[in-house]
Amino acid sequence: MLLNQFLILGAFLFAVGVYGVLARRNGVMVLMSIELMLNAVNINLVVFGVQHGVVSGQAFALFVIAVAAAEVGVGLAIVLLLYRNRTSIDVEDFDLMRG
Amino acid sequence: MVSEGKLSDEHGGGHSTPLIRPVISTFSHWWSNGGIEFAVGTLVDGQTVLLLIVVASISLLVHIYSTEYVKGDSRYIHYYAFLSLFTAAMLFFVMAQNIIQLIVGWELVGVCSFVLIGHWWEEKPNTDAALKAFLTNRVGDIGLIVGMIVLWGTFQTFDIDAINTLISANPDAHHFALLVAACCLMAAVASKSGQFPLHTWLPDAMAGPTPVSALIHAATMVVAGVYMIARLYPVFYEGLSVGTSSINLMAFIGGFTALIGAALAFAQWDIKKVLAYSTVSQLGYMVMALGVGAWTAAIFHLFTHAFFKACLFLGAGSVSHAAHHTFDMREMGGLKKVMPHTYRTFVISSLALAGIFPFAGFWSKDEILLGSLVGQKNGYPLMLVFGCAVAFMTAAYMTRVIWYTFHGEFRGHGHPHESPKAMTVPLWILAGMAVLAGAFNLPGPVLEPIGLEGLAHRIQTYAEPSVYLSGLGLSHPDPSLSMALIGLALAISGIVVTYLYYWRRVGLHGLTERNRYAKNGYTLLENKYYLDHLYNDVVVQTIKRPIANWANRFNQNVLDGAVNTAGETARDTGRWIYKWIDQGAIDGSVNAAARGADSSGESLRVIQSGKVQNYGQLLFGSAAVLAIVFVIVV
Repeated sequence: MLLNQFLILGAFLFAVGVYGVLARRNGVMVLMSIELMLNAVNINLVVFGVQHGVVSGQAFALFVIAVAAAEVGVGLAIVLLLYRNRTSIDVEDFDLMRG
Repeated sequence: MVSEGKLSDEHGGGHSTPLIRPVISTFSHWWSNGGIEFAVGTLVDGQTVLLLIVVASISLLVHIYSTEYVKGDSRYIHYYAFLSLFTAAMLFFVMAQNIIQLIVGWELVGVCSFVLIGHWWEEKPNTDAALKAFLTNRVGDIGLIVGMIVLWGTFQTFDIDAINTLISANPDAHHFALLVAACCLMAAVASKSGQFPLHTWLPDAMAGPTPVSALIHAATMVVAGVYMIARLYPVFYEGLSVGTSSINLMAFIGGFTALIGAALAFAQWDIKKVLAYSTVSQLGYMVMALGVGAWTAAIFHLFTHAFFKACLFLGAGSVSHAAHHTFDMREMGGLKKVMPHTYRTFVISSLALAGIFPFAGFWSKDEILLGSLVGQKNGYPLMLVFGCAVAFMTAAYMTRVIWYTFHGEFRGHGHPHESPKAMTVPLWILAGMAVLAGAFNLPGPVLEPIGLEGLAHRIQTYAEPSVYLSGLGLSHPDPSLSMALIGLALAISGIVVTYLYYWRRVGLHGLTERNRYAKNGYTLLENKYYLDHLYNDVVVQTIKRPIANWANRFNQNVLDGAVNTAGETARDTGRWIYKWIDQGAIDGSVNAAARGADSSGESLRVIQSGKVQNYGQLLFGSAAVLAIVFVIVV
């Protein structure tokens, strides 16, 4: 099985996600990048599950998908409220917690 | 470990009554020291039961009486707490299984007595009286401790039952040790039971509340000494050769105390002090009875005396409660009409105390006189003379008290009134016992005509620890009608003479003013034989002055010097500590910590940008660093 290819795909997706989270200024894009990172993890889980012949990898992937859905729901609600209050979703504009 | 009390059929030492074994329970080990084990337990026999009845019943009546007597007192709860503690301590004492428990109970009742005498400690005389009682008792307590140590050294046991049994089984052994122990313990008895020469605290103890005097200084605590002699009777019997002599230390101390106490009662104007000296005198009677070998007579007299003397004290309290809190008989008089209940109970108890047929005191006093007459191997003629003189004097001084308190014209001020029910009901109950208590040890010939001879000598049969005394060969005198008549005649003549003197105004009035010798005698009595002067001015001063001088010098030079040095050192140390430790080290470190926190905060606030993505960079950057470290290390 092409284990290495799948792991490279996961690492690539994760790197794209990290880039998105750190570099994109649009809040929605940041959330989507987080999804990419989560799916990179999912790929790894499924691949290792198949490699070892157990289903727990896939089961974990399903849990992660469910949690990711909930997380995106909360995240999009936060972005929506930010937009309503500040008419902006640029994460650079929000630094209320600056020390 | 309970050994059952049972009647055994073996007859020992000429006793016709069955031997009753005491019930002994040893609950647990208290502590052990150097291989010696100290136990806690109870020893209950007829003698204990008799005392339990006396203590519990009189304590109950005094508690009830006190609800009225100390009503509104500022230390009402304090008073009841110590009254109850006293009762508990006394019950502990009478049930003691070993001599250590005897000592503990003895000291506990002593401290309760001290506290209750000084109940109204705002007034100096009361605290003085409390201290006097306490310190006089300490003198006797030395004898108690030494005597108990001698007993332990002789028998290697603290167990009362074992000590008594050992002596009873082998009466002639250890005679000298027993003599020493008995003499030491007599000192303890002299202090606790008010025997000459340590009786002086008891009249002063009347400074306490009257119910306390009734319970502690008449009925129960002061008989602790008598009880201890009775409890350890083989020790005294063998140690002082009661069985073979015709005079011994215990009999003489008792008889002499009875005599001087009765004489002092004539010269007192304070009604409670008359009763206190009467108590001293009656306690002397009991000790004398034990000294002549009349064990039953002593305990019987203890039993009857507890009731009628408690009644007299509570009666005196009732009079004082009614007549403006005075105890001075010169401010009383004529109270017969306004206080009918108090008057009647007081007269009944006085008749019992005087020993008039058929009241309780008659029977017990008669047994004591008979015991002195017959003795054991020899009679005790001097004790008989003392006893007869006291019988006469007791009747006379009680008649004097009744005259001054209840008859004639009222000499006080205000309007006296009868006391409330909470006080008169206990008086009547005690007066009832003053009439009936004698029935517990009636001699056989009295009961034969009415066919109840089976009820004769109940106390002798059940209270006497014959299991211990049988080995000593203690004998009981046969009842004697002539002795009873002589005792009765003496008491009646005492009453008649005093009656004639006060009511009919015959006799030598004003003798003490006219006759030099009579006057000197009266002055001697008024000053209580100068014993207080002897103790305070001679004994205490000679000991106190050098000690006080030395203590003063020690105080000024050594203690004050030490205190001053300590103070100066402390001051200098304080300065040094302030300068170097407080200001330098502690404040410095606190300031340094604050400055460190401030500067580190300044430098760290840079990374606290508030921007999510900066945090993300730090997070992923550090994760990457950790991953690289992980890869390199592993």
